[in-house]
Amino acid sequence: MTKKITIEPVTRVEGHGKVTIHLDEENNVKQTRLHIVEFRGFERFVQGRPYWEAPVLVQRLCGICPVSHHLAAAKALDMIVGAGTGDGLTPTGEKMRRLMHYGQIFQSHALHFFHLVSPDLLFGIDADPAIRNIIGVAMEHKELAVQGVMMRKFGQEIIRATAGKKIHGTGAIPGGINKFLSPKDKEYLLNGSEDFNIEKMIEWSQGIVSFFKDYYKKNKKFIDDFSWFPSNNMSLVRKDGAMDLYHGVLRVVDHDGKKILNDVDYQNYTDYVEEEVKNWTYMKFPYLKQLGPEKGWYRVGPLARLNTCDFIPTPLAQKEFEEFRSLTGGKPNGHCLHYHYARLIEILHAAEVMRDLLNDPDLMKGELTVKGEKSFEGIGLLEAPRGTLFHHYKINEDDQITMANLIVSTTNNNIPMNRSVNIVAKNWMNGQAEITEPMMNAVEVAIRAYDPCLSCATHALGSMPLEVSLYDAGDNLIDRKRT
Amino acid sequence: MKGKIKIIIDGKECWAKPGQNVIDAARDNGIYIPSLCHVEGVKPAGSCRVCNVRIEGRNMTACTTPVADGMEIENDIPELNELRKAIIEVLFVSGNHFCPSCEKSGNCELQALAYRFRMMVPRFPYEFPIKGVDASSKYIYHDRNRCVMCKRCIRTITKDGKNVFAYSSRGGKHLHVVMDKELAAQMTEKEAQKAMDICPVGAILKKERGFYSPIGQRKYDTEPIGSDVEKNIDHLKQKEQ
Ligand code: SF4
Repeated sequence: MTKKITIEPVTRVEGHGKVTIHLDEENNVKQTRLHIVEFRGFERFVQGRPYWEAPVLVQRLCGICPVSHHLAAAKALDMIVGAGTGDGLTPTGEKMRRLMHYGQIFQSHALHFFHLVSPDLLFGIDADPAIRNIIGVAMEHKELAVQGVMMRKFGQEIIRATAGKKIHGTGAIPGGINKFLSPKDKEYLLNGSEDFNIEKMIEWSQGIVSFFKDYYKKNKKFIDDFSWFPSNNMSLVRKDGAMDLYHGVLRVVDHDGKKILNDVDYQNYTDYVEEEVKNWTYMKFPYLKQLGPEKGWYRVGPLARLNTCDFIPTPLAQKEFEEFRSLTGGKPNGHCLHYHYARLIEILHAAEVMRDLLNDPDLMKGELTVKGEKSFEGIGLLEAPRGTLFHHYKINEDDQITMANLIVSTTNNNIPMNRSVNIVAKNWMNGQAEITEPMMNAVEVAIRAYDPCLSCATHALGSMPLEVSLYDAGDNLIDRKRT
Repeated sequence: MKGKIKIIIDGKECWAKPGQNVIDAARDNGIYIPSLCHVEGVKPAGSCRVCNVRIEGRNMTACTTPVADGMEIENDIPELNELRKAIIEVLFVSGNHFCPSCEKSGNCELQALAYRFRMMVPRFPYEFPIKGVDASSKYIYHDRNRCVMCKRCIRTITKDGKNVFAYSSRGGKHLHVVMDKELAAQMTEKEAQKAMDICPVGAILKKERGFYSPIGQRKYDTEPIGSDVEKNIDHLKQKEQ
């Protein structure tokens, strides 16, 4: 007989999630599950549509990182129009897309950190939810809140300048991009105003990395011990091993840093990755074929990326990367809350990349698109803010999509998130037959570290109530708490 | 005004060529009468009814009604605009218009009219019809789900003198516009582009070149549909002086 505790929905993660915790007779955690409502209807919607519609259509999957879907689809379609895989575009096409993508990383990470994570750090995860939110941050740490808003805005303006709109634009088209960077936008982004220019963004990015490091120094035990477990780590890396969030080869390193997928061409991803279906969730569980479902699962996202890459190709972020790596003696880092640290280093990297691109004349001249020999299948991968994102399409002779397969970052992180929830539940639940506020918070904090977009759907920030239900061994509801 | 006849549109004195239809006459006087099916220089079809005006108390389609000396026309009045809005809403619900992923978005006359008449949510229930897609020709993707039955393509697109598009009931009770596969197969890229451009909506698309105009540079991104006509007023005034 087991007792079941249900926490639903999880607040301050985008989309819906539900956690069930099963207790045994002694009130020990027997099993935990993170249930994710993931709507995979898009793979069906696009069937029959002309292939060039896909980048615009599929980005509607998400209101937080639509650019990732937009670009992953465009990359897949580059193959179909014969423009090669990622590096076959014109310099203008590739660099405009890169700028769009790093703008997206910047805004998404900024949103996540300032709006969703900083309240936990500033007020502590046990603080009253009434203050532990972005409004609380704005009231008590005005400067930080303003930076968060401005940084997010900057990323969004980069997206507007490259995709035409801050959200759901049309910039990337099969084989390239549909516009240049305008001189007006370039000037605005380089020297907009005293508090809105790329140098300021770099400065603030450094500031929040320092902010986190200070916090870490004071709270090392909490951050390190919150939830730790070894795992494989997956990401794209540039051919020379550098961090590259837009394009690269697929690398997986194990918990020890050993390459178990050695920089392979992602066009052959089906040779390496398989998706397992489980009966208790619609979400699939991807794993590496060579290791099987038990051992082949992996982490993706900022922490995984810092674990896989050999270096970061911008100087300020590289310095932080070295310091970060030294914490674990150069080995992969398995601390769940270090996702935040990694994310902030990526913010800094994104800011540096954006500066270089904004100053690059290729974005303002040259050919926008290329076209080559058509093919009927295309695969596009990139590193979305939340991790590796796979888009795979097949088309027929009439240019209609016949098959689409998407593996989103949150799906890739499915098992790691479940592990983290399990560890946290064990740490905070043992011996208690009731739902405590700190336990609820801890579960939420664990899930939030991965920045999951649970249903790949847009939701109002932090407006969802948290509900915890406790069931006894006979599956009867004995307690329910709401925040 | 030599050789011209006087008409009154919304109380404003206008001059028209005899035999001209009301919609063209209005345009020449800097007055926009909205329409989806009308193409200047092509025989009017009166099929969309968006150009409904009131002439001597009766609702008439401005594209099919010739001007007459002294004719009094009501155009930009709340009652007619409400009627036009309702017609636009009907067109939305009787097709499948998912503008966010439609490449005609920003260049689409139906969408532009919906903006002009401030349509928010249609008052009628969505029909979600299944009208089918014909993607069989080399250069044209014909998405009947977005067709508004304006007959523009039927009236203008020919290949070797034969109509490429035609009405068909295809055995059912509803009319559809269908594309002659054989003729369409012979069309050049340029002809396909012309067909796409004549379609007021996203029903006829030229293959492979989707989303080439960036947001901000599309036809109706900066000004509402009809602005080009209305802007002519100043220009016409200058000419008169
Ligand atoms: S045809 Fe026009 S109204 Fe219809 S979906 Fe396309 S943009 Fe929207």
